[in-house]
Amino acid sequence: MSGPNTDYDPVEVTPLKPEEVDAARDAALAAIAAALDLAALKQVRIEHTGDRSPLALANREIGALPPQARKEAGQRIGQARGAVNQALSARQVVLEAEHEERMLAEETVDVTLPTDRVPTGARHPLTTGSELIADIFVAMGWEVAEGPVIEAEWLNFDALNLGPDHPARTMQDTFWTEPADHGIVLRTHTSPVQARTMLSRKPPIYVVCPGRVFRTDEYDATHSPVFHQVEGLAIDEGISLAHLKGTLDHFAAAMFGEGISTRFRPSYFPFTEPSAEVDLVCFVCRGAGELDGAPCRTCRGEGWIEWGGCGVVNPRVLRACGVDAERYTGFAFGMGIDRTLMFRHGIEDLRELFEGDVRFTTAFGTEL
Amino acid sequence: MKTPVSWIREYVDLPDGLSTEDLTHRLTALGLKLEAIQRAGADIRGPLVVGRVLTMDAEPQKNGKTINWCTVDVGAANGSGEPQGIVCGAHNFAPGDLVVVVLPGGVLPGGFEISARKTYGHVSSGMICSARELGLGEDHDGIIVLPADAGTPGDDAFDVLGLREEVIEFEINPDRAYALSLRGVAREAALAYGAPYRDPADRPVPAANADGYPVEIDDPAGCPVFVARKVTGFDPGAPTPDWMARRLTQSGMRPISLAVDVTNYVMLEIGRPIHGYDADKLQGPIRVRRAREGERLTTLDGVDRALSVEDLVVTDDSGIIGLGGVMGGETTEMSGTTTNVLVEAAHWDAVSMFRTGKRHKIASEAGKRNERGVDPVVTEAAADRVVELLTTYGGGTADSGVTVVGTPPEPPSITIAYDLPARVSGMPIDAPTTVANLEAVGCAVQRAEATLTATPPPWRPDLNDPFDLVEEVARIVGYDQVPSVLPREAAGRGLTREQRLRRRVGRTLAGAGCVEVISFPFVGDAAFDALGLAADDPLRHTVRLANPLSSEEPSYTTTLLPGLLRAAARNLGRGASGVSLFETATVAFPVDRGPAPIYGVDWRPTDDELAKLVEALPDQPLHLAVALAGERERAGWWGAGRASGWADAIGIVRRLGTELGVEVEVGAATRMPWHPGRCAVLSVAGEVLGHAGELHPKVCQAFGLPQRSAAVEVDLDALMRHARDVTPGPDFSTYPLAKEDVALVVGEEVTAAEVEAALRAGAGDLLESIRLFDVYTGEQVGAGHKSLAFALRFRAPDRTLTEEETAAARDAAVALAAERTGAVQRS
Ligand SMILES: [Zn+2]
Repeated sequence: MSGPNTDYDPVEVTPLKPEEVDAARDAALAAIAAALDLAALKQVRIEHTGDRSPLALANREIGALPPQARKEAGQRIGQARGAVNQALSARQVVLEAEHEERMLAEETVDVTLPTDRVPTGARHPLTTGSELIADIFVAMGWEVAEGPVIEAEWLNFDALNLGPDHPARTMQDTFWTEPADHGIVLRTHTSPVQARTMLSRKPPIYVVCPGRVFRTDEYDATHSPVFHQVEGLAIDEGISLAHLKGTLDHFAAAMFGEGISTRFRPSYFPFTEPSAEVDLVCFVCRGAGELDGAPCRTCRGEGWIEWGGCGVVNPRVLRACGVDAERYTGFAFGMGIDRTLMFRHGIEDLRELFEGDVRFTTAFGTEL
Repeated sequence: MKTPVSWIREYVDLPDGLSTEDLTHRLTALGLKLEAIQRAGADIRGPLVVGRVLTMDAEPQKNGKTINWCTVDVGAANGSGEPQGIVCGAHNFAPGDLVVVVLPGGVLPGGFEISARKTYGHVSSGMICSARELGLGEDHDGIIVLPADAGTPGDDAFDVLGLREEVIEFEINPDRAYALSLRGVAREAALAYGAPYRDPADRPVPAANADGYPVEIDDPAGCPVFVARKVTGFDPGAPTPDWMARRLTQSGMRPISLAVDVTNYVMLEIGRPIHGYDADKLQGPIRVRRAREGERLTTLDGVDRALSVEDLVVTDDSGIIGLGGVMGGETTEMSGTTTNVLVEAAHWDAVSMFRTGKRHKIASEAGKRNERGVDPVVTEAAADRVVELLTTYGGGTADSGVTVVGTPPEPPSITIAYDLPARVSGMPIDAPTTVANLEAVGCAVQRAEATLTATPPPWRPDLNDPFDLVEEVARIVGYDQVPSVLPREAAGRGLTREQRLRRRVGRTLAGAGCVEVISFPFVGDAAFDALGLAADDPLRHTVRLANPLSSEEPSYTTTLLPGLLRAAARNLGRGASGVSLFETATVAFPVDRGPAPIYGVDWRPTDDELAKLVEALPDQPLHLAVALAGERERAGWWGAGRASGWADAIGIVRRLGTELGVEVEVGAATRMPWHPGRCAVLSVAGEVLGHAGELHPKVCQAFGLPQRSAAVEVDLDALMRHARDVTPGPDFSTYPLAKEDVALVVGEEVTAAEVEAALRAGAGDLLESIRLFDVYTGEQVGAGHKSLAFALRFRAPDRTLTEEETAAARDAAVALAAERTGAVQRS
């Protein structure tokens, strides 16, 4: 609210006529409507609402009017200015929206451009596969036990009922460290971890032992001097072959899908008695042996896949490892992780696992 | 173990129409695992007939070969009865011989179709076959000449050759040595079908008498039973009967001569290895004893062997004539002129057989059976069977003398509770089933109130323990009957700290763009040389293998870098523009603390004894290695790519430290295989973890990697030991931040870490963070100097800092840096 105007030149004052006020208002409104961008609107704002604009000048003159005319003129000019300011605001909103839309349109990029500046890493399927197996058993309350790969002969053989004269001891072509009579080997299986577990803990024992093992095999598409095994061991009161079957069925279903179970065939392992080989229902043909009329390639038409060995822990092993064989029984099983992954993923050549070609490993990505 | 089905059927009345698949399925379920079913000639299609060679004219050819133009009588098989004209390249036959002819229209293995075709100027209408062409063996020296009585021209040759006969190959587990004989396989087949069984060893034998060849046993534990029988006037030229030769071939053995073939045949039939001596070469009584120090023997494979005092030997007055149960000697070997044969059927101690076979590296069919355990009771029957076959097919007469020395060992008695099979198998097996099944495998069972006592049959030396009986009972009930029951829920504590940390390490590295590799841990000098390691570098002190696969890589590795760098080069060689690899694996360092003891197995070793085992093992820390080669960041629309370098290698370790909550200290170091000016030693709390940086140019060259390739190798076990267990909740201020940037000029030899440490110490508690954001060298700072620009960030826990407070802290920081490093603030 300004006070009475006192700094005008009374000589020049000519009070606005009502039609001149309306004309000034209409001119302003027309200019606002004609402003096509924010810069033009800014210019219109200066011209029609600035200090030198007709309506601003008219407003200054109100004070010079006779008192009886002031009220009417004030109202008229106020309404005109209000209409102009409102139109300006409205136009401002419209033009700002248009401006933003245009700016965003101009900033459009090709979002299909590549973004692979840093190549992706990956963990090895043998690592993630071992972890998957460990997780299945950890979920059942088991623990993951580990041991050294260069192992004492006694733990690798003798404690497991593979005495020096046991025929099975020659079946496992063993790497010995020098000097060869120092009783130290590259472990031929992960079973010494089972022995270590029994020697160091009291039952009940429920452990899985994944790890790297060694045999003096020539390296080809299905054999490797270095490979990976997972073994399981349960020692508790009343453990039987039925618990072994239940555990392996659970494992098979978790690893290969609901409905995939196992079967036992009598076999021989010094570590277990009775012993069995365990076969897995082929998870591709689901035991049918054929797919779309052709023999299933995964199981070679058998409907079953040889998976590993298992059995009831031989009481001789329990005794050597300090477990009360009168009170406790146990079961153990073991299978090749490499082989399991080969048929799970259809890998034709074992050597792909050990060549280190990133195309192989990255194909597995972050698979769990 | 290969067994013709017809041979099995000789001893067991299997159901009519039983398929071989069904038989093998049931036997596999009992524990005789099917390896393969062979059907020789299954892929041959007729007409395949017997022919008689009428004429043969040798015709030399321009190419130096000579072919025979033959006419062959094939009876009515060709429809006309006229002789068949056939060109044949073999020469091992003569007119009048019976041969095998495939006529036009026939198909041989491999889909080889036979038709009349023009060759060498004749129309050859068919082919005279060799064993190899029919898929019957590798013998291709000539065509098959049939025995004169094999048949008449035009006869179907499939039956004559034993084609279409099925042969089952079993994988026999070491405990089931009895199944290394037809006697044993047939017994299992009878068990599978409840079918009547005839034991080939169950035969009347002449009683022992004093007229036999004199035999003395000095070591009855090593050789409990020795039976000797003699055949005189044997015709060394007598042929092996066709049926026997065929069965031997089907069973995977080569027919050699009648005398040898008969011993092999009886071994397959009854399971008892037999040895035959040329009786005329024997001098005086046979004596069985252990070898003495310094004794030698040339075995019949021509190898002169130094004997061990543990070896069981057979001797006569001339000295040692055989390694008992393993291999005979040269001096008494049967030959093409042997007319008098002494047959030895002896029972040998299995452990001794195993040791001798292993010691002398002799693997034979006889040794395989003797070391796994043979029925000690069948020696007389086996010897008698040999005598029968020798005299039947080779003429001669059985000497009336029968030598039997010693008595078979007694089988053990095993007592179990009736319910043990049920408890251990988890199957509902009642007492009558237990008894019945034990009796079915040949055990004599004595029943008591709560227990039974089983005496295994003599052919089952593998049955010694209660659980052995459980397996016998359970396998007959059937493993397919085992219920599927989960054990009770275990109370595990989840993954261990190390297991969780290892997963985190792997994920961090993969997140940093590295691909995991698993390589073989074998290493040799070539790799150490390529790494540029000095001759006395500790990494060259390795755990050596006594029997490495390759003499080039005789050791367990001490470093993961060779495998990783080779994998990197392989990837680049296959076209990758850049590669970032990592591996976590154990390496080994020798400790030289003596041998790992071998303890007994009848009770648990003491804790001290176990500690000795563990002490003897090499140190096996878990290492982490990273290899970075070529492009680390790709070129693209965003700009140029960037090659890997020393900073990436060190950065990865720093990132890992952050992930594990470990403050990794970085210092300059000189260590092969790294570039001497671009190698960092990494440590935590003063403990050195390893090194990272750019590889030495020579190392890059040696591994075929681009220059500036970088690598890391650290002791991951050590790093993880320092990992934070429980992170304390951080305490941080929300008062305004005060920023001060300072640029300090220092000598070029001063490290950024030294300057930063001084600034950090000088700035005091108000310093929240410090970060180097620029390094400048050039005219403005003068030669031999560099400018390091740091962003210092200050904040107080309880108030807004005044400009004066901030400036004071900054000045204190700069002052300490100046004092410690000679830094001068750049204006
Ligand atoms: Zn399948």
